[in-house]
Amino acid sequence: MKVLIVGGGKTLYFLCRNFAAKGYEVVIVNRDKAECVQLARQLSATVVFGDGSDVRILKEAGAMRTDAVLAITPNDQDNLVICQLASLRFGVPRTVALVNDPDNAEVFNKLGVSAFSTTQIVGSLIEQRASLEQIINLLPVGEGRVNVTEIMLDADSPVSGKRLKDISLPQNALVAVIIRDNQPIVPRGANELLAGDRVVLITLPENHGPVLKAITGERK
Amino acid sequence: MKNNRYIVIVGCGRLGSHLANQLSREGSSVVVIDKDETTFNNLSPDFSGFRVQGDATQIVVLKESKLKNADIFIATTHEDNVNLMVAQVALKIFSVPHVLARVFDPKREEVYAQLGIDTICPTSVAAEMFLRAVANGATEGKGIKP
Repeated sequence: MKVLIVGGGKTLYFLCRNFAAKGYEVVIVNRDKAECVQLARQLSATVVFGDGSDVRILKEAGAMRTDAVLAITPNDQDNLVICQLASLRFGVPRTVALVNDPDNAEVFNKLGVSAFSTTQIVGSLIEQRASLEQIINLLPVGEGRVNVTEIMLDADSPVSGKRLKDISLPQNALVAVIIRDNQPIVPRGANELLAGDRVVLITLPENHGPVLKAITGERK
Repeated sequence: MKNNRYIVIVGCGRLGSHLANQLSREGSSVVVIDKDETTFNNLSPDFSGFRVQGDATQIVVLKESKLKNADIFIATTHEDNVNLMVAQVALKIFSVPHVLARVFDPKREEVYAQLGIDTICPTSVAAEMFLRAVANGATEGKGIKP
């Protein structure tokens, strides 16, 4: 797979290192000459110096034969134009833009460019972890349409000591796995939940809050 | 019939402020948006429109300037990508009937024409005028108007 990444900074560096380790062919476009030299030394990637929203630079970077373009510059407008030029002008099948202003995620999607906001992702992770200390792990899957959450049950939990079939959860929620004494159990209705269990929940963003409340009870 | 239109202009530099002054004088309701407040000094004393200080690539700023009600949207900043982005937002999200953007790079202009955005490329326009002046220069010598 050939990936073209436009941007700079540590995010770009570690992303490229990650991609290179997976055996992807990586091309970087960066508009800072000194950073280009540095990146070329540190990474086994092709580095092109120039403005990634310039058609000539994209061509030079081989956009024509690229499988995916990733635009992660600090300017939303540049990321939008890079992705649009790549797909409209060079027929790149997959383009992804970083949006720095979280409101732009929806805007970009309406304009036909798939976008993600790190602020949004990190923000919701921190918020959900901070709000409930019982949450051990939280993983959005399916472009954020499904949450997989790992929770530690304690004695105060209203579901501790109850059988799964006696617990009423909101719709579209599932207790997928119970980890007890490091043994994972895929539970059925007759299984009990106990204090000290680690429970893996499947929820949707819209019922995430109510499901957590049902499992952990009201807390401050 | 030309009057009383609601026009939103992004960028209050030489071009943006000139357009704003002119259109306001003709009787249109004009809103100018610019990141840099000092650029509003370019507006003439009789400019009767509104000034919005903010970054137009943030949708809240466009909402604040009541873009939904606009008849015409003109993007005149010195950054092509800003103009192209806000023009698309005006057209596709706020459904502004007439959207114009200044784009310096003729190569970018071609792509955005496909997306339904009217672009004006100063580089191409100037080149055309120069070429015409050169061609006419041999015979007439003067009389070229911008």
